[in-house]
Amino acid sequence: MTIQMLRLMRNALFAIALIAPGIQAAEGKGPRKTLTIGISQFPASFHPLIESMLAKSYILAMTLRPLTIYDAKWKLVCLLCTQLPTFENGLAKKVELGKGKTGVELTYTIHPKATWGDGTPVTTKDFIFTWKVGKHPLSAVGAVELFRRILKIVPNGPKSFTLTYDRVTFNYNEMSGLMPLPAHLEAGPFKRPRDYKDLTTYNTNPTNSGLYFGPYRISQLVRGAYVVLERNPTWYGKKPFFQRIVVQVIPNGASLEANLLAGGIDYIAGELGVTVDQALSMQQRFGSQFKFVYKPGLIYEHIDLNLKHVALRDIRVRQALIYAIDRQKISKALYAGRQKVADSMIHPLDPHFAKGIKTYRYNPRKAAALLDAAGWKLKGRWRHKDGRRLRITIMTTARDRARELVEQILQSYWRDIGIDARIRNQQARVFFGVTVSERKFPAMAMFAWLSAPGSVPRSTLHSSMIPSKENNFRGQNYTGFVDKEMDKLIDQAEVALDAEKRRRIFRRIQEIYVTKLPVIPLYYRAAPFVLPKWLHGVVPTGHQYSSTNWVEHWYAK
Amino acid sequence: MIAFIARRLLGTFVLLLIMSFVIYALIGLMPGDPIDIAINADPNMTPEDAKRLKAIYGLDQPIVSRYLAWLSSALQGDFLFSRLHNQPVFDVIMPHLWRTILLMTISFVLATAIAIPLGVWAAARPRTWADYTVNLFCFAGKSMPAFWLGLLLILLFAVQLRAFPASGFETVGDGSVGDVLWHLFLPVLALTLLNIAGITRFMRGEMIGVLRQDFIRTARAKGLSNRGVLYGHALRNAMIPIITILALEFGGLFSGALITEIVFGYPGMGKLIFDAILGSDFNLAQAVLLFTTLVTLLANLGADVTYAAVDPRISYS
Repeated sequence: MTIQMLRLMRNALFAIALIAPGIQAAEGKGPRKTLTIGISQFPASFHPLIESMLAKSYILAMTLRPLTIYDAKWKLVCLLCTQLPTFENGLAKKVELGKGKTGVELTYTIHPKATWGDGTPVTTKDFIFTWKVGKHPLSAVGAVELFRRILKIVPNGPKSFTLTYDRVTFNYNEMSGLMPLPAHLEAGPFKRPRDYKDLTTYNTNPTNSGLYFGPYRISQLVRGAYVVLERNPTWYGKKPFFQRIVVQVIPNGASLEANLLAGGIDYIAGELGVTVDQALSMQQRFGSQFKFVYKPGLIYEHIDLNLKHVALRDIRVRQALIYAIDRQKISKALYAGRQKVADSMIHPLDPHFAKGIKTYRYNPRKAAALLDAAGWKLKGRWRHKDGRRLRITIMTTARDRARELVEQILQSYWRDIGIDARIRNQQARVFFGVTVSERKFPAMAMFAWLSAPGSVPRSTLHSSMIPSKENNFRGQNYTGFVDKEMDKLIDQAEVALDAEKRRRIFRRIQEIYVTKLPVIPLYYRAAPFVLPKWLHGVVPTGHQYSSTNWVEHWYAK
Repeated sequence: MIAFIARRLLGTFVLLLIMSFVIYALIGLMPGDPIDIAINADPNMTPEDAKRLKAIYGLDQPIVSRYLAWLSSALQGDFLFSRLHNQPVFDVIMPHLWRTILLMTISFVLATAIAIPLGVWAAARPRTWADYTVNLFCFAGKSMPAFWLGLLLILLFAVQLRAFPASGFETVGDGSVGDVLWHLFLPVLALTLLNIAGITRFMRGEMIGVLRQDFIRTARAKGLSNRGVLYGHALRNAMIPIITILALEFGGLFSGALITEIVFGYPGMGKLIFDAILGSDFNLAQAVLLFTTLVTLLANLGADVTYAAVDPRISYS
């Protein structure tokens, strides 16, 4: 019986192996009309405003376009609008709102040919509807600040409207969060605002062509597995090269790599694919087969220092911690120098980056001297003060291999100057959900911030943003940093319209940041794009607006 | 027998009720929730937004009142919406369940069909090269991490030979039976190899024990053929513990194989359960965990009933 069964199995395997290559070869023939992209996550929802998720914005950027966006050169441009409103061109005007408050009126014109996939034009009505959804307290929209700040939207016709914003900020005309919803499809589900998150057409029928007006529309999807995007015939811009784009979800770096090598996918998205170390390892082995692009981005890896800690209250100890670590060497050893060492929280590509501010290079002698000066003297292996050992705990997200590796290297550097650094990691939901957000980390918390170009660091550095039980844990100033000058500068930065003045303010903000050092800057994370040699036109941005916002410029050659 | 089954079914219902609260409480007791994580991922989200969203999703309510609300809906047949998928729970589960049943059943049947004769074959030749080879294979299979074996198979069959796809469950736009089977080949192979090892070890061990017993010697003395002794007498007696093991494995058919699913990008129940628990998707986690609990309990009941069929000495009243 056993031998018969084995024979049967052998024959079956042989038959499958014979037909299998034929199936694959049939797929590979003909001109390239399909591009298959591998990403590591499947979106929870396709609604543009509900749930903030990178996988969702990556896919939706091929199907929808916001009014404005930061391009790959980090410059604010129109995508759905025809002209950016400015004070100079008269499309932006300051208005008195009463009680001494000043706002701004902004006039936007929607692209005249912008049309939803079912043939309905994209109009002012859609924007007014979107605003109503966005500000409704029961609509489950995450970031509603933008919608709250818009006081009114007045239509000037089907394709133009003027909105009133409740304040004048330096980025007053940036409306990247204003992604229109199709009122003709969504008004029905929104009649029950509390259930809207479940009833929205983006969830009940995501392949409805009327939901999209971008170069592609979602034509097919299997949740957790893949999304198929077909060219949208109503798209008003450049005709995309690829007839079809398939976004395949493979939640594992090694499997993504195997799929790329096996031809299951053509391209690993830099925004949501493999880590830098995985890409470097791939490049070593298969460098000649693919193009590797490492785009330095706005993801700022850093260590928040809890300034309640007895030793970390002293600025000399904080400086000693950074002098004791060789960040250049870490970046070179682990990431082949692809992750640029950060000198402050502002990225060098950001227009507000200040050159020539204080930097910290590896200097263990200086670190030791600073600790001596602070009263932490070496006794045996460790430093002590008032009978207490200099012990600090560093925490990060468990199972993040890259961060855990960096932690161990840092621990060894600090041990060399007599600091007893202990590692204690937690699951992301506990780490971010409680430990960091409620400032329960005893000394150091290592994580990353993702921000937009030109962001004002109010939530992370203003003294009113220190989370506590009294303010219901409002704010992200987890270090507990208090500096009156910094508070004043942040208030000024938000409303400084003059670019030169704003640069001066940001320079001072960065000077205080690196001098007082509430945070140890580590590096800016790079996004590794692994592209086939025949794919052209993909321009990584380095910020949170993904390269797919310009997917119509991608082509095969 | 009927009274026995009725009693067991009643016990199953009570156990499910207790389990439903335990599962709900365990997920609820984990610190932090998805909204807390969202606020760290989205620099534009304010703490006020987080508070509002928690109220919308009911995360601001005490765990007991949330559980009672869920229970009341569940008893009326409504398992509510999945927060992570923004879909009714059943709509989320069904495609994953179907794919898991397909993957796991094929590998379970194959593994059982190969492992039982292999175990018997090895037990009939104790301390021979054949036995040592089977043992070596079993130890290797038990010690091999699933992700490692999966990646090796991908490297060999998908990258080198290009004979089978490295991941997924169907070619986009195809989905024919042949295409699905083609995609299933590697994950089924990985799971089958891993499962064969365990079942073969048990089978071999049980058979060796039974083959030492007096009634086997009597059967041989009566002049029965070796095949008749092995399959007619020894195997039937060795099957009782194997049935228990197979019943326990049967529960796993519906809960998926997390690592294999991740490595092969196969959207099944394993990953669904994992994400639901970590993402505090109470409605989804409750439904899938209770379902797998129910299947395991029913499989055990099935095993108990099967004992009586296999061993005439066992009867229920």
